[in-house]
Amino acid sequence: MNIPLAAAGLHQPLPPSKTRLLPLVILLAACLLPMLLSEYALDLVVKIIIYAIFALSLELLVGTTGLISLGHAAFFGIAAYVTALLVPGSGPGAILLMLPAAMLGAGCYALFVGALSLRTQGVYFIMVTLAFAQMAFFIFHDTGIGGGSDGIYLSSRPAFSLAGIALVDLELPRHFFFFALGSLAAAYLLLAAIQRSRFGRALAGIRTNEQRMRAAGYRTYGYKLAAFVIAGMLAGLAGFLMAARTGVVNPELLSWHESGAVLLMIILGGLGSLRGAVLGAAAFILLKEFYSSEAIFAGFAQHWQLSLGLTMILFVAFLPHGLIGLSRQRIWNRKQSPAAQGGAHV
Amino acid sequence: MEFSTFLVQCLNAVQYGLLLFLVASGLTLIFGIMGVINLAHGSFYMLGAYLAYALAPLFGGQFLLQMAAGVVLSVVFGFLLEWVFFSYLYQRDHLQQVLMTYSLILVFEEMRSILAGNDVHGVKLPEWLSGAVALGDLMKYPVYNLFASATCIVVALGLYYVVNRTRLGMMIRAGASNRDMVRGLGINIRLLYRIVFAAGVALAALAGMIAAPVTSVYPGMGGQILIICFVVVVIGGIGSISGALIAALLVGLVDTFGKVLFAQFSGLSVYLLMALILIWRPQGLKSKGY
Amino acid sequence: MSDTNNQAHPLLRATGLTRRFGGLTAVDAVSIDLHVGQVHAVIGTNGAGKSTLINMLSGEIPPSGGSIAFEGVDISRWSQPRRARAGVGRSYQRTTIFHSFDVLENCRLAAQAAMQRPWAVWQAASACSGSLARARDAMEVAGLANTAHTLAGSLSHGQQRQLEIAMCLATGPRALLLDEPLAGMGAEESERMLRMLERLKHTHAVLLVEHDMDAVFRVADHITVMVNGQVIASAAPEAIRNNPDVQLAYLGEAPVS
Repeated sequence: MNIPLAAAGLHQPLPPSKTRLLPLVILLAACLLPMLLSEYALDLVVKIIIYAIFALSLELLVGTTGLISLGHAAFFGIAAYVTALLVPGSGPGAILLMLPAAMLGAGCYALFVGALSLRTQGVYFIMVTLAFAQMAFFIFHDTGIGGGSDGIYLSSRPAFSLAGIALVDLELPRHFFFFALGSLAAAYLLLAAIQRSRFGRALAGIRTNEQRMRAAGYRTYGYKLAAFVIAGMLAGLAGFLMAARTGVVNPELLSWHESGAVLLMIILGGLGSLRGAVLGAAAFILLKEFYSSEAIFAGFAQHWQLSLGLTMILFVAFLPHGLIGLSRQRIWNRKQSPAAQGGAHV
Repeated sequence: MEFSTFLVQCLNAVQYGLLLFLVASGLTLIFGIMGVINLAHGSFYMLGAYLAYALAPLFGGQFLLQMAAGVVLSVVFGFLLEWVFFSYLYQRDHLQQVLMTYSLILVFEEMRSILAGNDVHGVKLPEWLSGAVALGDLMKYPVYNLFASATCIVVALGLYYVVNRTRLGMMIRAGASNRDMVRGLGINIRLLYRIVFAAGVALAALAGMIAAPVTSVYPGMGGQILIICFVVVVIGGIGSISGALIAALLVGLVDTFGKVLFAQFSGLSVYLLMALILIWRPQGLKSKGY
Repeated sequence: MSDTNNQAHPLLRATGLTRRFGGLTAVDAVSIDLHVGQVHAVIGTNGAGKSTLINMLSGEIPPSGGSIAFEGVDISRWSQPRRARAGVGRSYQRTTIFHSFDVLENCRLAAQAAMQRPWAVWQAASACSGSLARARDAMEVAGLANTAHTLAGSLSHGQQRQLEIAMCLATGPRALLLDEPLAGMGAEESERMLRMLERLKHTHAVLLVEHDMDAVFRVADHITVMVNGQVIASAAPEAIRNNPDVQLAYLGEAPVS
């Protein structure tokens, strides 16, 4: 019997040491993409990168800490709106101003939502996070703050300039690509460090058995709130990039469909794994591209939601450990032998 | 505010609250008895509304008969859906339930798009339900709204009777507190779950049918009602039907008067109410635990 | 063993603890003292209120009445984590170990609670020498030193109960609240556990809630008997053994002497 996978719920055992350098290899390979891909394909990769950051941020909440949030898009969208609202009247805005402001805006709302939602448990938490995200959606959709249901256009994209020369100009696709890729790498490294740290281990303990953590002396509310805010701010990073990429923000960025999609992404990839989050984002977006491709599905392409929905139902039903789980399952099965099982049954 | 306006708003609040109660009671029943969080519950509301639209031409002006047919169809649909899909969710954890029912929403939305298109539709009222009735000397109030509230009250009473005064209700209440024990008593748990689920679907669909002539029938109506229902269930406590009633009426009041008093920001009032309850009493008004 | 100075100053003193749930009084004005060097056992029939009592002492549920003092300080309003950091350790009747981590990580995580530095994100937890040292000590005392890298979920039931105690010890407590540590254990494992308790009591104040009468009479220095939420007797083991009220409660009839 596969004890670790079963005992750990949906979570993965550690990555086998052979593949430890894989993320680095993929990162280096990705650097070559601007030279190889068409503009459309490159933009698709950028979209994947942005959603990968978004998915990683949710992975911290759901995978590491065990908090199922159904309202994570709120922080994604708020950061995007902050970015759009901070675009100056003339000339490009400063990345050094807009990015921190966007993440801070997302973080503040995360602090508010987290402080209240974490007073609940289980299904209540799921419902409350959804409700607070809907509240944010309303603020941007129905009031004058964000230009209503049409959203706001960005008249320029942010840049990083020194002495009047734009060193990083997000208007340029190549600059944007590397900036986004760099952001993804930074987010990935940060989360990897967190997972290995005392803080991260405490979060894992809280996910596994919060009562035991409290009995040992951890103020679990504080830990969960910290994770919630960090996750919110990282989602804000993705939101900033989204605004800078498309040049338009609208309330749909905060919709529960967005929150649901990112949740599906991390399950698709494999819960409890940073690689899974990135893989899941890529797989989800590519699936969506596939199902909505008229070249393949002709008239039915407009009903891609149906195909995607059915696929995800089957996936969650039959492959709950995600794509990462597939490869690790094979490796784990090979390592198992009756002698290694030990005497007990769980 | 003038008294007549106040009275009208109160009636509106009660009507909205009762409608919410119908949907929320289905949600909380399904969660309380089977332990399944169902994000697709709003889709049943949408189903009811679209049924009202689709059945109208078939039944001419026979409104009550049309509603009865709609309820029957929803029950059948609920039975089938439980048998084919939901019965597999009982053993799974919350996250998987969330994911699978969310994906189900995508499927339902798209089916609706294929079968009924994306346009907004209206549902016409029969003669005897149109128009307004005078409330004393003060003002007129739409007949249909009174009819809607009355129907909801009848259903609520029926629900109360079934849950508290019948054997079925006893099994339901027992199942809510101790699933394994009910199974051990030899009660056909599969059938019980199927009945409860179908009832939940029917309640939501009925609410949709009632609401359709007033709110029109449009895509996305399922999502909106679902989230408000979540707020109701959070405030009222999961698994508690009486809690759902109190919470639904409270939400109805806050939302209705919020619209009157706060104009642009009215949509927020319900969420602010939820935030206040969370600060004051996080476990909900009448939590039975889960 | 018992020290007259200790007797005068209990490490943990609960006075008049009461807990009501709606109309039901689960615990009724129970007073209990824990001294270092002593095992204080609490026994009683099912439903006597023992779980509620231990939950109030550890801080999981607030008392409806009464107070608790630890090292002279009133901790009645303190949260469970705060009490744990102050030195009140707790083990559970139903095992609460982390099944998916190995034994060492289980203890290390518990030990980390006493030296939390969550902001130090750059340092890996596995390099935290403080928590590792404490974890190894606790594992040593609990007899689990050989199983450091075994997955907790694959331990035998007895070993899991030992791990439960080890995790409690890893936090460095002075008072130990043990809820049925022998539950489900075989004879040999129980023996090991009892010998460990006899060693532990020299340096800790131990509260032992147990059903196993042989174990209780063997290792306890003081026994409190609860029936229906109330204390019906609290004395040394011999006195309890001969107490007619206790015999009545357990055997349902007055003894024929």
